[in-house]
Amino acid sequence: MSIEVRNIDKRFGDFIALDDVSLTIPSGQLTALLGPSGGGKSTLLRIIAGLESADTGTIQIEGRDATDLPPQKRNVGFVFQHYAAFKHLTVARNVAFGLEIRKRPKPEIRAKVVELLELVHLDQFADRLPSQLSGGQRQRMALARALAIEPTVLLLDEPFGALDAKVRKELRDWLRRLHDEVHVTTVFVTHDQEEALEVADEIVVINEGRIEQVGSPDELYDQPANDFVMSFLGPVTRLDGNLVRPHDLFLATSDPGDASAVGTVTRLVRVGFEVRVELDVAGQSVQAVVTRAEARNLDLREGGTLWIRPVAGAVIVEATERLAVGDLDGIDGDGADAVPVGR
Amino acid sequence: MADVLATRPDRQPALPVGIAAPRRRRPRRRARSVLLTWLFRLIVVTYLFFLVAWPVSLVAQKTFEDGFSALDTALSDPSITFALKLTVIVALQAVLINLVFGVGISLLLVRYEFRGKRLLSALIDLPLSVSPVVVGLALVLVYGGRDGWFGPALQDAGFQVIFATPGIVMATTFVSLPLVIREVVPVLTEIGTEQEQAARSLGANAAQTFRRITLPGIKWAVVYGVVLSLARSLGEFGAAKIVSGNFEGQTQTATMAVEQKYQDFQQASAYATAFLLAAVSVACIVVVSIIRPKQERKR
Amino acid sequence: MTAVDVAAPARTARRRRSGRANGLTATSGLGLGVSVIWFSLLVLIPLSAVLVKTSEGGWSGFWTTISNEQTAAALRLTVGQALLVTVVNVFMGTLIAWVLVRDEFFGKRALEVVIDIPFALPTIVAGLVLLSLYGANSPVGVNVANTRTSVFVAFLFVTLPFVVRTVQPVLAELDADVEEAAASLGASRFTIFRRIILPALVPAISAGAALSFARAISEYGSLVLLSGNLPLRTEVTSVRMLSYIENGDLASASAVATILLLVALVVIVALDVIQRRVSRRG
Repeated sequence: MSIEVRNIDKRFGDFIALDDVSLTIPSGQLTALLGPSGGGKSTLLRIIAGLESADTGTIQIEGRDATDLPPQKRNVGFVFQHYAAFKHLTVARNVAFGLEIRKRPKPEIRAKVVELLELVHLDQFADRLPSQLSGGQRQRMALARALAIEPTVLLLDEPFGALDAKVRKELRDWLRRLHDEVHVTTVFVTHDQEEALEVADEIVVINEGRIEQVGSPDELYDQPANDFVMSFLGPVTRLDGNLVRPHDLFLATSDPGDASAVGTVTRLVRVGFEVRVELDVAGQSVQAVVTRAEARNLDLREGGTLWIRPVAGAVIVEATERLAVGDLDGIDGDGADAVPVGR
Repeated sequence: MADVLATRPDRQPALPVGIAAPRRRRPRRRARSVLLTWLFRLIVVTYLFFLVAWPVSLVAQKTFEDGFSALDTALSDPSITFALKLTVIVALQAVLINLVFGVGISLLLVRYEFRGKRLLSALIDLPLSVSPVVVGLALVLVYGGRDGWFGPALQDAGFQVIFATPGIVMATTFVSLPLVIREVVPVLTEIGTEQEQAARSLGANAAQTFRRITLPGIKWAVVYGVVLSLARSLGEFGAAKIVSGNFEGQTQTATMAVEQKYQDFQQASAYATAFLLAAVSVACIVVVSIIRPKQERKR
Repeated sequence: MTAVDVAAPARTARRRRSGRANGLTATSGLGLGVSVIWFSLLVLIPLSAVLVKTSEGGWSGFWTTISNEQTAAALRLTVGQALLVTVVNVFMGTLIAWVLVRDEFFGKRALEVVIDIPFALPTIVAGLVLLSLYGANSPVGVNVANTRTSVFVAFLFVTLPFVVRTVQPVLAELDADVEEAAASLGASRFTIFRRIILPALVPAISAGAALSFARAISEYGSLVLLSGNLPLRTEVTSVRMLSYIENGDLASASAVATILLLVALVVIVALDVIQRRVSRRG
């Protein structure tokens, strides 16, 4: 077991950033800390790195108590959202920095830098200044710099948050492949559920300073521990006091006998290959998503009546008071920036 | 496999998400760094106390050693009251000129492209680095009534510059010239042209756009620049002394009066006049330190 | 308040984003014309008159003036003390800026005001102020009046804000991330300062040092009452120039003024180079 977080509390004035958090992060895996902004995930990452100190609780890294160690002595690689490039040093000198601090022999440093720059595909940029690189390149440089010290753990704080959507997606795939190559225990913070689901071996959902659920992407998606996790990981709609995914709703033009509800179509929106159906069920709005073929078969039109029930095997979670109705409109969100709760 | 351990069962409702947590706190301070912090603080405070704070406060102390008598003596001395009046008149004129040209040149430098812009922008700062004595000399060489470049012609037209108020105004304007510009240019650059373009697209003409959009945006920077110019103008000494000829009761400003009174062994009057000047300049600084956060908030 | 724009990169970037500036219109063209004429009448023509006056005397006239024993002594004293003061300012200014940015304590706001006082205080008053603490009737028993030390003290006073005010904004803008990155790579606090913070401050420190040097060599007002203006001992360049002017020897005054102007020009060019280099680094 690589990182052991025990009973961590952290307050900033009156604000509770972390509330008695305990967590075990396994070795060699890629773990995502996922949650809405201000939920405490970055604070947890910074406490692991020693950049922030916990009010109470302990941190162990690879069996060594790191609670009172300064960041210099933890041997963690840390990657920041805004790259934190050393602007006055070339790309190569940036990467060499940690090794120079460790007073490694010059030839060794040179070899290591070359190796890492190849790994992050920046070998032609060795002598450039960070200002001459694009955002994605700067972040790859930052990653190489963090990897240079052969860290026990690699921590990434919203590493792709400052990049535009296309580069973000590329780097995300690349990070996954890089991790499969280097196998260093990696923890990254993100508020983008798609990113977490796509890249991570394991996801830790953090909200309001507490851990909501820990599990593999499949476990989280198929067996959400509660309505928060369910709504955070993807679009949900409320049917009969339960939360259910819009694409898990079965629609019929005649009573199938086991329908949960009957509603009137109030709006139809076609987005690419899918059709979003908005229904009015006894004054409540319910969203469903069907394919275009289904939509054609059902002969959907506004004002029509439909019978609704969840499909077999649909994920259904009881809606609690924690979520206001307005929070469930995540269906129109673009995923990347949708933070469905707690606005 | 990760797991959640010992998460408190009775969950307290936490504060609403979205409150920006002060993330940038530095790690727990260690004993050595606390010691260093205190050492730095002590050095800085001591240095500033002995170099500035104490000496400056001594002027107030010397002025009020015998109550208000020093001030009374000074203010009943006609040469001093004349000097104070002249100083105020000159400073106001210089500030007004610098306000108009300062805002104008700032607009030109930020909003327009023209040849020689970079040169002009670099030369604007020149007066800050030129010795006041050189300023005085330069003005005498050009506007001197007897053998200046333009002086004799101007004098024939009945206009005396050197050894008269216009010369003092020019010298004062010269030394405080960049102050408004240096404040306004960065703010003007910062606010960009989008709002102005929006106003133009809504039908505002150039004057309306300036008055209703640009000016409110740079208001605090202008005030700041004006206050600084005022402080600098009231205190101008070297350049003004040369171009004015320093004639008591005619072209002598307050700073020259301080010098003369001190050298004439009227130390009480000298300190009282110096105190008045110092009080105004410190007041200017305090005003600026109040304005500055406002300006920064606006950005 | 005296800050050169060493913190320029962010602004340059923003300027680029806000689109290209306009060409001149009729009104702005007229405004530019009037401004340039005014600027020329007030600043450029008079300053060139100094250079012209100097050139009239030719190289030998120039050389005779500045190699005059008294003038050379004044130049040596001024440049020497200005350099010394600049060195002190580089250290003290950076330290003061550091404390103002990184430390929080009661009275910091007052300290900010104190730092600006030398900039706003009339120079003749500054001289009087220093005389009252370090003059004949000093309450601390230190009398530097009419000595070379008084020149040093006066320079120190009037140049106080320059390094502080150029370094302070740059230090405040420094990214906490960058220092944290260095820390997580194993750098100690001292190493972080030397290898990460200091290189970022060097342009600001140089700019402040240049300004402070330029200000010191041109200082006049604060020395009038304080230094005694003793020829060959405590007479500075500006005072020497003034005595030439008062004796009607404008040619010699111009020769000395030319040297000061050249230094001012060098400083301005240096500042421009520093700024461009900084904004390139981005």
